[in-house]
Amino acid sequence: MSAKGHCLCGEIQELTRDFNGSIIGVLHNIQEKYGYLPENILREVAKETGFSLIDVYSVATFYKAFKLEPKGKHVVCVCTGTACHVRGSDKAVEELSRMLGVDPGDTTSDGQYSLETVNCLGACALAPLVVVDDHYQAQVTPAKVRKMFQEYAANSSEANLPAGR
Amino acid sequence: MINFTLNGLDVAVEKGFTLLEAAKFYGIELPTLCYNEALSPYGACRLCLVEVGIPGRSRLVSSCTYPAGEGLYVRTHSNRVIETRKLLIEMYLATCPGSKTIQDLASKYHVTRVRFKQKHEECILCGLCIRMCREQMQAKAIGFVERGGFRRISTPFEKKSEECRLCGGCMYICPACQARCQGPQEKSAVCNACLNLSPPCLERFDEMMCYMDPCVACEQNSRGEKSER
Amino acid sequence: MSFLQARLRSPEQFAAMQQKLRLRRESNERYVAICGDTGCAAWGSKNIRAVFQEKLDNLGVKEIAIRFTGCLGLCEYGPIVVVFPGEIFYQRVKEDDVEEILRETFLKGKVIQRLLYEDPLSDKKYVRASEIPFYRGQKRLLLGKHWKIDPVRIEDYLAIGGYSAAVEAFSGLDREQIIEEVKKSRLRGRGGAGFPAGLKWQECYETPADKKYIICNADEGDPGAFMDRSILEGNPHSILEGLLVGGYAVGAEEGLIYVRAEYPTAVEKLKLAISQAEELGLLGDNILDTGFHFKVSLSIGAGAFVCGETSALVASVEGRVGEPRQKPPHLAENGLWGKPTVINNAETLANVPLIFRLGSEGYGRIGTENSRGTKIFSLVGKVNNTGLVEVPLGMTLREIIFDIGGGIKEGKKFKAVQTGGPSGGCLPESLLDLPTDYEDLNASGSMMGSGGMIVMDEDTCMVDVARYFLRFLKDESCGKCFSCREGIGRMLELIDDICEGTGSPGHLEFLQEVARAVKDSTMCGLGQTSVNPVLSTIRYFEDEYRAHIEESRCPAGVCKDLIRFEIDKELCNGCGACLKSCPAEAIEGERKKPHGILDWKCTRCGICLETCAQGAVLKK
Ligand SMILES: Cc1cc2nc3c(=O)[nH]c(=O)nc-3n(C[C@H](O)[C@H](O)[C@H](O)COP(=O)(O)O)c2cc1C
Ligand code: FES
Ligand code: FES
Repeated sequence: MSAKGHCLCGEIQELTRDFNGSIIGVLHNIQEKYGYLPENILREVAKETGFSLIDVYSVATFYKAFKLEPKGKHVVCVCTGTACHVRGSDKAVEELSRMLGVDPGDTTSDGQYSLETVNCLGACALAPLVVVDDHYQAQVTPAKVRKMFQEYAANSSEANLPAGR
Repeated sequence: MINFTLNGLDVAVEKGFTLLEAAKFYGIELPTLCYNEALSPYGACRLCLVEVGIPGRSRLVSSCTYPAGEGLYVRTHSNRVIETRKLLIEMYLATCPGSKTIQDLASKYHVTRVRFKQKHEECILCGLCIRMCREQMQAKAIGFVERGGFRRISTPFEKKSEECRLCGGCMYICPACQARCQGPQEKSAVCNACLNLSPPCLERFDEMMCYMDPCVACEQNSRGEKSER
Repeated sequence: MSFLQARLRSPEQFAAMQQKLRLRRESNERYVAICGDTGCAAWGSKNIRAVFQEKLDNLGVKEIAIRFTGCLGLCEYGPIVVVFPGEIFYQRVKEDDVEEILRETFLKGKVIQRLLYEDPLSDKKYVRASEIPFYRGQKRLLLGKHWKIDPVRIEDYLAIGGYSAAVEAFSGLDREQIIEEVKKSRLRGRGGAGFPAGLKWQECYETPADKKYIICNADEGDPGAFMDRSILEGNPHSILEGLLVGGYAVGAEEGLIYVRAEYPTAVEKLKLAISQAEELGLLGDNILDTGFHFKVSLSIGAGAFVCGETSALVASVEGRVGEPRQKPPHLAENGLWGKPTVINNAETLANVPLIFRLGSEGYGRIGTENSRGTKIFSLVGKVNNTGLVEVPLGMTLREIIFDIGGGIKEGKKFKAVQTGGPSGGCLPESLLDLPTDYEDLNASGSMMGSGGMIVMDEDTCMVDVARYFLRFLKDESCGKCFSCREGIGRMLELIDDICEGTGSPGHLEFLQEVARAVKDSTMCGLGQTSVNPVLSTIRYFEDEYRAHIEESRCPAGVCKDLIRFEIDKELCNGCGACLKSCPAEAIEGERKKPHGILDWKCTRCGICLETCAQGAVLKK
């Protein structure tokens, strides 16, 4: 999925197809396609839509949903919403951050894991909640995080997480 | 004409006036940091606060962005305004102590202590430089990036902007002097011209109008002469 | 479903079709409702549905329908399956249970005791959903529809009377009449401030313009709340109907739903709902040949709490950075693309069809004098029955948390309840009898907000809660106003000191002084209300702050710098489990001999406490 090299005209056309005066939809398209917002694409899109580059860049950095760097192969996402916080999600974040050796928001140097935090996934009854590649892990504790993660790393090819209770 | 009450006086201003303009017109001085007559009002520094509404049901608003409205009851120097403004200036002084503009404000409004932890930031994010670049220079080379506590002023992708004509308008208007050239440092310099000039500055130097004259980084003045400092 | 395919051409055709659907529905009430909402889905309800489908196909049974519904409320006990007729409520259903449910309950009419809900307080089992104390105490005017409809089937919504309010509105009523009706019902905004919806519509209606917009605010940024999401996912058509009525009333021909990016399922359901309504001719040009045009589109947010604020929302829809702007001019004069715009919260709009169904007087009888109707709260935190509850406004906090919520988890002691999200405040036990009414909550230093209700027990540190919200807001502020950006950071700095045990007695007064200044000097609601969590915790839990400052002690044992872990030499049997699990290698000791913790290495993660089977690890 390299976004470099060849002519991007077709791709840019495709990405800006539903452009209606708002750049946010286009950025969503780009993110969906590449997993992040590559710089050269943003430059092309700015030209195509007539926005100044700095406006595109401002919007891209303002909103949390947009990433300017590629994500890891696996995304580990910890909910830090209020319900999860009062049930101790910060401990899970710390534990994961220690295990992966990255701060929340970063990706491991081997590009395998990204650690992210999110404000409420709307499943507060399961708090605290950790989501690994769309697998929900409910009511986690630091010890459970460790265990789950070791298992996960061991058989990540199958990518099957037990629904814990 | 819009009629309203300003500090107990019945006043009238033209439609479209903001409260700040009205106050100025009537000779009342209000401190500002993010306001400039030549640029659109932004309302970010919050120093131009005034109290709007009858006592008991009033609120503070930034006068630079609030339109004068029929029948408003406005006070520019109520206790509430003065107290709040003083605390804001204290906070400015704790954040950005190096700015002459802020030091002057503090002395003028009798802010004599700083209870916050001292920081040494150089930008107050008033956005004057951005509006200058955009509205007066038609360039759109710089803008705000990120948000909340991480908000900064920068160029697209933190690289030298192609739209920047090195006019120096941003540096000219900055009240806190962040945009002044700080030499070739990726993070802090806005124009970053010197980073992109090779060999440093010499050939194209007269394109650049560094307001640090001579430039602290390359130690050249605007005529390209090496200074003797 | 042949009669669902053609575009409807008149209100009469609509009424006839609806009547047909209703009759068909009444003649067959055999179905199973499986909760498909995020909570239950995380417990595995998708698989349950698949197994149901498979078994039904195998058996060749056609007359039992499966409805994969929106949130049924009791998320804590998911996956939830409700069997109709009879409203038999099964909780924590596993895939292996499906066959038994089909065989016993559907075919033989027997109830499976093992799957019934058992009340944690009385240990009593309940068969019918409506008998369960959690549901009995509620008035589920909106949420109650969830188990009757599958959100992907418009006919389900039509069969229970859906869209009749909208059709009645634009085929029989004047715009003034509608606004009058909504005003009379005294419906107030459910998004936060509680502004009367009728007045808002009137303002917009009275502004002359060639084009107007109505926007549904489904941004729901309040962390720990998911009321709007449950409606969007469980009953998307009710929101479209509300938009239709509102759009017609204010004279808008374009409606917009602003959904946050974190809700991909809601987006999907809404897209489907819009296309279904368009196909039937309930949206689009010349609806039911009444001459009324109305288009609805979606706008996806991109992860910013501040975009819930109306002017920031407009900026975001226009594709700009979500910075609020000074009002006036109000949105009713100058909103989206400079046109008059009205913005209503999703729950507010979902209430609109109800007003027409119950009549403004019937609706107005629910609730208190100043706060009419019902409100959905997302009851979460340390409470037994976590989930969504819908109650008449004015019900006391005690009734909600104890009677409906089933009290505090693990028999712990109630400490506080946080209402109103990051803009709200924490209320102590002494205020448990406070009615949930807009004015009463405001007077107590909290607010209604969008309906988050986070229950905290004795293990929650209130200073830490204040710190949590400040951190959240520091990140989520747009950063434009100096007083909000820097002020929140500075308050956080002071609270950090307190949590780290380096606060001085002056900190508390100074913190309040800063808070008042921030509240006064910020432009938008985010900054103005950002101080509520701080001020309310100081107001009601000053002792706890003082314990941190004066005794360097965190009474709840949360603040890391003020706690210490120790191993009780008497209780420790030297099993070595803690030693193995400690990520910081801070535990030492020989096997079978009491272990010890090296305090300087300990990171206070608490894993040892969790691991120790002997209960020998103590938190001090
Ligand atoms: C910082 C901030 C965040 C807000 N977030 C939301 C939100 O997520 N959802 C919402 O409906 N209203 C939110 N509001 C309230 C809206 O500004 C607005 O009052 C509401 O959408 C109006 O609809 P209503 O009258 O139906 O409540 C927020 C307000 C502020 C100041
Ligand atoms: S707070 Fe974590 S899911 Fe809602
Ligand atoms: S001058 Fe008005 S807010 Fe800065």
